[in-house]
Amino acid sequence: MSAPALPAADARSAAPRSPAPKPRKIKVSHPKAIAVFIVPFAVLFTLFYLVPIGYAIYQSLLVVERDGTFGKATEVFGGLTQYIAVFQNGPFWESITRVLAFGVVQVPVMLGLALLFALLLDSPLLRGKRFFRLAFFVPYAVPGVIAAIMWGFLYSPNLSPFTAVTSNISFLSADLVLWAIANVVTWVYVGYNMLIIYSALLAIPTEIYEAARLDGAGQMRIAWSIKIPLIMPAIVLTGIFSIIGTLQLLAEPQVFRTFSSAVTSTFTPNLMVYSTSSIPNVNLAAAFSVVLALATFVLSFSFLKFTQRKEGK
Amino acid sequence: MSALTESSVARSAKRVKTTTPAPKVAKESPLSRIGAMTVMLVFTLYFLVPIWWLFIAGTKSSSQFTSTNPLWFADFNLFANIGNLVAYRDGVFLKWMLNSALYAGAGALLATLFAGMAGYALAKYRFPGRELLFNIVLGGVLVPATALALPLFLIFSQVSLTNTFWAVFLPSLVSPFGVYLTRIFASASVPDELIEAARLDGAGEVRTFFTVSVKLMFPALVTVFLFQFVAIWNNFFLPLIMLRDETLFPVTLGLYAWNSQVNQIPELRGYVLIGALLSIIPLIILFLLLQRFWRNGLGAGSVK
Repeated sequence: MSAPALPAADARSAAPRSPAPKPRKIKVSHPKAIAVFIVPFAVLFTLFYLVPIGYAIYQSLLVVERDGTFGKATEVFGGLTQYIAVFQNGPFWESITRVLAFGVVQVPVMLGLALLFALLLDSPLLRGKRFFRLAFFVPYAVPGVIAAIMWGFLYSPNLSPFTAVTSNISFLSADLVLWAIANVVTWVYVGYNMLIIYSALLAIPTEIYEAARLDGAGQMRIAWSIKIPLIMPAIVLTGIFSIIGTLQLLAEPQVFRTFSSAVTSTFTPNLMVYSTSSIPNVNLAAAFSVVLALATFVLSFSFLKFTQRKEGK
Repeated sequence: MSALTESSVARSAKRVKTTTPAPKVAKESPLSRIGAMTVMLVFTLYFLVPIWWLFIAGTKSSSQFTSTNPLWFADFNLFANIGNLVAYRDGVFLKWMLNSALYAGAGALLATLFAGMAGYALAKYRFPGRELLFNIVLGGVLVPATALALPLFLIFSQVSLTNTFWAVFLPSLVSPFGVYLTRIFASASVPDELIEAARLDGAGEVRTFFTVSVKLMFPALVTVFLFQFVAIWNNFFLPLIMLRDETLFPVTLGLYAWNSQVNQIPELRGYVLIGALLSIIPLIILFLLLQRFWRNGLGAGSVK
């Protein structure tokens, strides 16, 4: 994952060292084969990634104008009008704050558990590793919508198998529902993150530990001083995907709307996009989408830079 | 965590290979073993009890659902429930399952093929714009699919393709993460000498890819397929925003729609539960079948 970091800067700093900095023409061998390999992906990527991004930006720059109250609506260029509306939109920023609070708690808990399980699976302390690995991974096979429906029943004050708890604590109340959703997301994704971290652990050659063991280091010490630093790239990767997932929360809260009136149509940024576009006010919804995508990108990118700098020290 | 600290008591290394034979093979202290096992068993309950409950709920008639122990069997009505679900509204649930299988199966297969070819070309050929292309694709990895749902809807409505099979199918053919993973894997596992040898034998580049390189890249390709399959199977926002026609729904959207009507039509509750149970079985089977592959391929992206 170091590749996306600073490609331009890398190229610049590498230039003085390389003996032939002059731009020279690379002779391309097998251009036809390269085209066969690249074109299908490139066309689809352009059509369904780049064009939509461009189109969303374009739509977000338009405003709808009407001649009088009942006049015909026409879309005209409005500059940053929609973005001003986004920045003045209280519910949108509340929803952003909500998912950030969610992420600050849920992502560390989930990744902490995933790391703990991965380290235990990699340690000589356990029996039945195959079983644990599968059992913890199974929830990942449950789609977010289905997991949310299931947990909706489990939280229910009268249908839950744990009514002793759920009739006393209202998990679906305005105070707790965000954390009830956090539990659903954690339940689904811990095993998946555990596996990513665990496969990074498996890739470490065991000879590396032997010296440490000879020096008398225990499992805890080996985990902390050797394993965790070595698998940092995998942890960063899971961190980035979790941050992206958090800001994009949609399916789980959308399902919880049927279980709890505390989940409003503006509960998360993506719900906001959805409800705004079905008003319909697609231009404002497009502006929400663009701001959200930018926020996601900036956050995951700075997380990447931040962790890389820490590693560098 | 105390379980792990205990193990620091175990001073000498386990199974040490030294020139002098190790005097004693030290074991981890029993306390840390017990601690570790306890942690894992408690969380096994956390992960599996909800699914167990769903299974039990699926075996019960609606009257027994509320009146009997929620975590243990009553009269075994699983097959009757499945029969009712499949018969309900002319088998619309089966239609949803087939739709999901088609969206996810065909979509993931093609997405893997396209990503694999692109990743392979990026790894094994030099051409102008290669790094630029790779960096754009990497940017694509960081763009979440849900952020694209609304603009995709706007574009598809321009060409009157919303509420069609293609509106959900076509966007799922793109996997930037797949390109990233297969590129890294191809660089590491397909030796240039082998491609060169195939060239000397007179095989074309494309043929070499399909006959030789694909085999070497297989673990990565299975991983990409699996991830893409899960992503499409679980996809919710895109179908939600694109589809109105119930017969085009994937199973997630269908069950969501039923679940939001439970308050008006209480009989749907039973169908939602048994449907939820059936909808997770295909993925579990797929995971079990492909276990051997994803276990190795999964790390490829993160280790490098």
